[in-house]
Amino acid sequence: MKAIAARRHHRFAPVVLLALALVLTGGLYAALAPSAEGAAAPTTDDVEAGRALFVANCATCHGVNAEGRDGNPTLIGVGAASVDFQVSTGRMPMQLEGPQAAAKPPQFDREEIDQLAAYVASLGPGPAVPSAEQVDPALGDPANGGAIFRTNCAMCHGAIGAGGALSEGKYAPALAQSTPTEIYTAMLTGPQSMPVFNDANITPEEKRDVIAYLEEQKNGSPGGTSLGSIGPVGEGIWIWVVGMGLLIASAVWIGAKSS
Amino acid sequence: MSTVNRAAGGTADYLDQRTGVGLAVKSFARKIFPDHWSFLLGEIALYSFVVLLISGVFLTMFFVPSMTLVTYDGPFAAMNGVEMSEAFASTLALSFEVTGGLLMRQIHHWAALLFMASIVTHMMRVFFTGAFRKPREINWLVGFVLMILGLAAGFSGYSLPDDVLSGNGLRITDGVVKSIPVVGSYMSYMIFGGEFPGEHIIPRLFTLHILVIPGLILALIGLHLFLVVLHKHTQYPGPGRTDRNVVGYPLFPVYVAKAGGFFFIVFGVIALMAGTMTINPVWNYGPYDPSPVGAGAQPDWYMLFLEGALRLMPGTGTEWVIAGYTLSLNVLIPAVIVPGLLFTALALYPFIEAWASGDKREHHVLDRPRNAPVRTASGVAILTAFFVLLVAGANDLVATHFALSLNDLSRLFRVLFFVAPVIAFVVTKRICLGLQRKDRELVLHGHETGRIVRFANGEYVEVHKPLDQYERWLRVNYDAHRPLELLPAEDERGVRRKGYRRDALRARVSRFFYEDRVEPVTPAELAAAQSHGEHDALGGAEHGDPTLLQAAANIKPEHGGNPAGEVVAGPRTPRH
Amino acid sequence: MSHEQTPQIHGATAGGQDLDRADAALPARFEDPGLPEHRLRQADIDPAADKRAERQVVAMFALSVIGTVGFLIAYFALPPGETVASMRLSNIALGLSLFLAMFGIGAAAVHWAKTLMSDHERQEARHPQRSDAATREAALATLREGAEDSGIGRRGVLKGAVVSAVALAPLTVAVPLIGEVGGDWNVSKFRHTLWERGKRLARDPSGEPIRAADVTIGSVFHVIPENLREADHWIEEKAKAVVLMVRMDPRDLKEPTERAGWSYDGIVAYSKICTHVGCPVALYEQQTHHLLCPCHQSTFDMSDGAKVVFGPASRPLPQLPITVDDEGYLIAQDDFDEPIGPSYWERLR
Repeated sequence: MKAIAARRHHRFAPVVLLALALVLTGGLYAALAPSAEGAAAPTTDDVEAGRALFVANCATCHGVNAEGRDGNPTLIGVGAASVDFQVSTGRMPMQLEGPQAAAKPPQFDREEIDQLAAYVASLGPGPAVPSAEQVDPALGDPANGGAIFRTNCAMCHGAIGAGGALSEGKYAPALAQSTPTEIYTAMLTGPQSMPVFNDANITPEEKRDVIAYLEEQKNGSPGGTSLGSIGPVGEGIWIWVVGMGLLIASAVWIGAKSS
Repeated sequence: MSTVNRAAGGTADYLDQRTGVGLAVKSFARKIFPDHWSFLLGEIALYSFVVLLISGVFLTMFFVPSMTLVTYDGPFAAMNGVEMSEAFASTLALSFEVTGGLLMRQIHHWAALLFMASIVTHMMRVFFTGAFRKPREINWLVGFVLMILGLAAGFSGYSLPDDVLSGNGLRITDGVVKSIPVVGSYMSYMIFGGEFPGEHIIPRLFTLHILVIPGLILALIGLHLFLVVLHKHTQYPGPGRTDRNVVGYPLFPVYVAKAGGFFFIVFGVIALMAGTMTINPVWNYGPYDPSPVGAGAQPDWYMLFLEGALRLMPGTGTEWVIAGYTLSLNVLIPAVIVPGLLFTALALYPFIEAWASGDKREHHVLDRPRNAPVRTASGVAILTAFFVLLVAGANDLVATHFALSLNDLSRLFRVLFFVAPVIAFVVTKRICLGLQRKDRELVLHGHETGRIVRFANGEYVEVHKPLDQYERWLRVNYDAHRPLELLPAEDERGVRRKGYRRDALRARVSRFFYEDRVEPVTPAELAAAQSHGEHDALGGAEHGDPTLLQAAANIKPEHGGNPAGEVVAGPRTPRH
Repeated sequence: MSHEQTPQIHGATAGGQDLDRADAALPARFEDPGLPEHRLRQADIDPAADKRAERQVVAMFALSVIGTVGFLIAYFALPPGETVASMRLSNIALGLSLFLAMFGIGAAAVHWAKTLMSDHERQEARHPQRSDAATREAALATLREGAEDSGIGRRGVLKGAVVSAVALAPLTVAVPLIGEVGGDWNVSKFRHTLWERGKRLARDPSGEPIRAADVTIGSVFHVIPENLREADHWIEEKAKAVVLMVRMDPRDLKEPTERAGWSYDGIVAYSKICTHVGCPVALYEQQTHHLLCPCHQSTFDMSDGAKVVFGPASRPLPQLPITVDDEGYLIAQDDFDEPIGPSYWERLR
């Protein structure tokens, strides 16, 4: 009886956990929803506050009116989604020149990011920040997302989003830490080297499927530790370090004279 | 107990009357095997092959080698409703629906990586200790073919699940095959039964993987082990160990227990890895489709050098059109010619070295790697070239993990592929010669004891403890080969000698191998050093160094004159 | 130089002539001191240590039994189930118990051999591999006698007949095998793809046709021919026909005159199959317009005829000439004007 109890306990534990996680995510979305709506309908105050932030923090590179200068891109028409992605991942404001802007802790809080986004969105029409429903992994189909991901994303980000190298020191980042909104806005706006995947190319539903697929990866690998999901090279290193290491140690033990 | 004994005796009698097995038991059961940890490296390969057979049989019960398309419907959510070949679907089923299936699959793949890793390590041991010398050249070749078959077994098995990663590996194979002049396109058709990918490649690889290649491997392992028993195992140099004996423990019971036990240790370690570490998660890569590819597109480690070679070759200007026919040197050189040369050199090495040394004796006592400086250095140079290609094959991962540019890395590796082996050769050779000189130092002057003695005249001297005869024997018991010498181009009657040019080449090769050498200490040198020792302790360098003179006198060769540039086989830097 | 001359210095002669100057009584080389004295182990001299070692061996075997029992329990109690977590748990439980079951036996056997079995080193004599002269002579004689008996040397026609028959017989297997193994052997199929005039460009894998207006600047589309799935051997066709399509600012695009009109308003389409060894080249960096192959890192400039700018590829990617139809959908103008993918011997013939 005890064994059966343990088995049932084990079998349903993940389900219970999943249910809890869903409730929790739902709660979070409920809490966040007002701010998302706020982003959708910004007030003129937001735009003004955003403009002030922009002039203080962004205008040096992008120009006072976001017209772009010295090879730095114009932000007219990039939309709120682009600002949301670049600023909330800490990529902008950029701190040092390099092959590409790296993600770092964001410099602004949520409200300031929304204000900046509202200001840039007011400059010209561009993609908006997605709603909570649009990025809800629970509503997506991970299997379809996997198929989309393999065709459109895996060549740069790796089969399950572990990241990969581009030319001349650039790279496609790992996606394990990316939030659903970041994944969505990245596809929509094509930051830096990344191409744009507009809604005609990958539909909003398909984008949500991709998010669901990436969320699914957070369950880990059925086979044990994932070894960084970097493929056969990682496995090769481990067979030499762990496999040959343990066996040569055993061989030395076998060959050594007993005291 | 007596019942058991009677039963055993009865069985033995029954068998012996029909097979005469008694003779075999008598001669084999107490057969002596020398003991050293490095002799177990080949056993790791053997045992991982046994594990491969066990887990492989398990997998064949559930794997379906078919490229017919089906739609997945099973417990793995991220694949539901995806179209895939039956090979891929059955791989998912045997991983997720067969209890213990995933473990067996991971055991099989880890064991395959271990099989190749242990073969390479075992080969390194055989190479660096000179175990390939007469009479074992044939067994070196058998082992070499086993390594190639191991590569083939790994590659054919790796492609069976029909996933995106291995499918792109097959596509690269197709591209390489097509680059072969004249017959390339037809060879591609031959492999795939038509255009890539076709419907035949998985069933064909399956037959190769579970029948042809393992059959050949089994047969050659049999031959390999038969030759080991026939030749009796080599042994490391040491007191009491000669070319005319073998020193060690009897097969039964000591080696039955040690080697038998080691099989279970190997199986255990593979199980440990398979239970805790994911390998080849094909469900991440997805079913094969000619369009997608994933970042980190690499083969298993033992094929990675080919990937590296392909990456490093610059493409500009290396595709030639000759009379309308296309010659793709950008593919042929890295994928066919360079590996071909490296592998041929490896296979033929025993014969090259025997040709250079002119040594026709049987060798059963191994060389310490330092006592064959050019061999050791050549081995390290080949390994270095191999390692550069290996890292180049993973340059994208190096780039992302160390925040470097993969273009810069490629340019660096292009240079390193040529430079690093040369540096490795020179450095290794110098290290070997240095270690040999250190051995001479030790033999001549003993261990430093750290004990300082003050003489009456106020001079301080460190006391050295002479080596005991066992320690000394290890350091003096080797041959320093001398280069072969060239007879004049014309004989005594002034007629041009036949075969002079070949001999000249041989002499040159021989000089490359044996010109720089350090001779072992002779008893006379030791006696001189010891009588000099007290003197040395009191005197100092201003007396000159009789040891050096003595040693230089002693190594004067009888074949007439030192070749130029020979390292003086004496203590270059006398201890003071 | 004579090859028979043994060039290496044998101990017996090395520096031999000079020895008398040093000490005539010394041998040319050191003598092998022989095997060192045997050293007894703890278990050989101390009965308590012997007992302890035995207990350790027993404990390791017991560990193996525990592992096997654990494996069986895990097999029955922990099936893989439906979730990733339950699959992982099953695998770990089975793997660790299998490790115990195997490693326990191995460690026990080795420990037993090392501590309790005799560790007196023994010697066995070796003999040269070559057989002695008499045996060799006898073997040769046997062969000669057999050859004489068969008359193979005298009967020339018979020799020819047996060689011909044995040499030809394998053709019965080889000819059909070689004839059939390559399908129809029609390698000219490499030249053609499904693309033809008017064929719509469709999204991979859904197969929906693409409007030019939907391809915004900076976009990349993975493209297959429309109605690909209806083709015979569609996977082989897909393997040749996949295309990568991008749109850039037309001012960034450098087009040679002979390809004027192959693009449409900054939209260009190139074969996705690398001209190096055939990987799908797909890493498009929209800022530099460079296309990188993840397999061997050939880099192509999509704004300049997909020319090779880095890596092992020699040739640009073949370009698919495109335009739009009446409904605004992108269509091909024609098939590629050269074979796609890696080079092969008769590529230009």
